[in-house]
Amino acid sequence: MTTGDPGTAGGRAVYRIHWAPGTDNLRAVCFCGAEEEFEDPVALWDWLLGHPEGHNPRPAPESGAPVPAAALV
Amino acid sequence: MIVTGFARDQWYVAAYGHEVGRRQLGRTILGEPILLYRTEDGRAVAMADRCVHRRFPLSEAPSHLVGDQVVCGYHGFTYGPDGVCVAVPAQRRVPRTARLRSYPVVEQDSFVWVWIGDRDPGDTTPPRAPWLAAPGYTTVCGMEPLNARYGLLVDNLLDLSHETYLHGGYIGTPEVAETPITTEVHEEAGVVYVSRHMDDAACPPFYAESTGIRGRITRWQDIEYHPPCLYLLHSRVAPVGSPPPAADGADRHAFHVEVVYAITPSTEGSTYDFWAVARDFALDDERVSDFLRESNRAVVLQDVAALNTLEKVLAGEGEHYQELSVNIDTGGLAARRILARMAGESAARPRSAAP
Ligand code: FES
Ligand SMILES: [Fe+2]
Ligand SMILES: [Zn+2]
Repeated sequence: MTTGDPGTAGGRAVYRIHWAPGTDNLRAVCFCGAEEEFEDPVALWDWLLGHPEGHNPRPAPESGAPVPAAALV
Repeated sequence: MIVTGFARDQWYVAAYGHEVGRRQLGRTILGEPILLYRTEDGRAVAMADRCVHRRFPLSEAPSHLVGDQVVCGYHGFTYGPDGVCVAVPAQRRVPRTARLRSYPVVEQDSFVWVWIGDRDPGDTTPPRAPWLAAPGYTTVCGMEPLNARYGLLVDNLLDLSHETYLHGGYIGTPEVAETPITTEVHEEAGVVYVSRHMDDAACPPFYAESTGIRGRITRWQDIEYHPPCLYLLHSRVAPVGSPPPAADGADRHAFHVEVVYAITPSTEGSTYDFWAVARDFALDDERVSDFLRESNRAVVLQDVAALNTLEKVLAGEGEHYQELSVNIDTGGLAARRILARMAGESAARPRSAAP
């Protein structure tokens, strides 16, 4: 019953943002593996969409990590 | 800023299939008046809802259908289901330019989709919401007209933390606003995902009454927004401690509710708010259907009231209002960005929280 499995849709250009309420930090993860913390979602989008400017990919990008809607049944 | 321009060359939900029949239905979509009806063999058709002669609406009485044709109620110009004028009263010759613009139609998942744009849809098909017409699900649905720009409804649906404040007593509990969210944007597919998984939450009346669960619940909200029109909320509810879904996707310990919205801009300041709730439990229980229909409609009307108020405020402030985005707006900002691109707007940058 899942449509549009995000794990296969859309190729590589997946941006992911984690936020835990109670903390003020948003963690942005670019498809290139670069990560950065923000306190402002507008600045966050500017950075994400600015790829590759200022993006320093980490050694182990989280390409294999589960994506939210795909966890659905 | 909230996107106000329209994204053309896209599919939009014009109506539910059950609204389109052997009587004309008029809807205004992206500012275009559209006539919908069904031919005798059951095919839904869509064309301009203005007679080429003196622009009388073909959806309004005394305009009427005769077989597969629509007869204008003012002077009798008659059109076929392809929009071509086939008869003009008292004369033999029909002017060659006498034709109504006709719109591509796809009927799918209980919706009648129309293509609004200047080019052909080609291979582009509307996104799917299969639960609404699939065996194994029971669906209740409705449509509420909204006197607000469509961008306000997009903002509203992409941030469900408002449930806690605006919809307490129906679907809101404190956990909704307190639980971590993950936002994802699939750039090429143009889809926005927002996920909130509550491990141990109070069960709001909407789910307690319909599922019969008495204790606390695991509650998952997985949003999938396919701009511009289709919004899916995959809702999974299970008693705390129930096993998670199996690797093959089987999930018989949980209740699933698929909440679907179609966000169809009507005019710059009005929107059709189509809503549907499909469930995979209590399939034949009319009381559950009635309850979910009434509850969801009440929730939608709470949003409608709030957004109508907001529209008046924003309209009064003109172009120059300021707003402030915070973390809960991450998904909404992504949606705005994609919509602005689709609408061909360049400078849709919101104001930053940082000075
Ligand atoms: S306006 Fe339709 S026939 Fe005259
Ligand atoms: Fe709401
Ligand atoms: Zn990058």
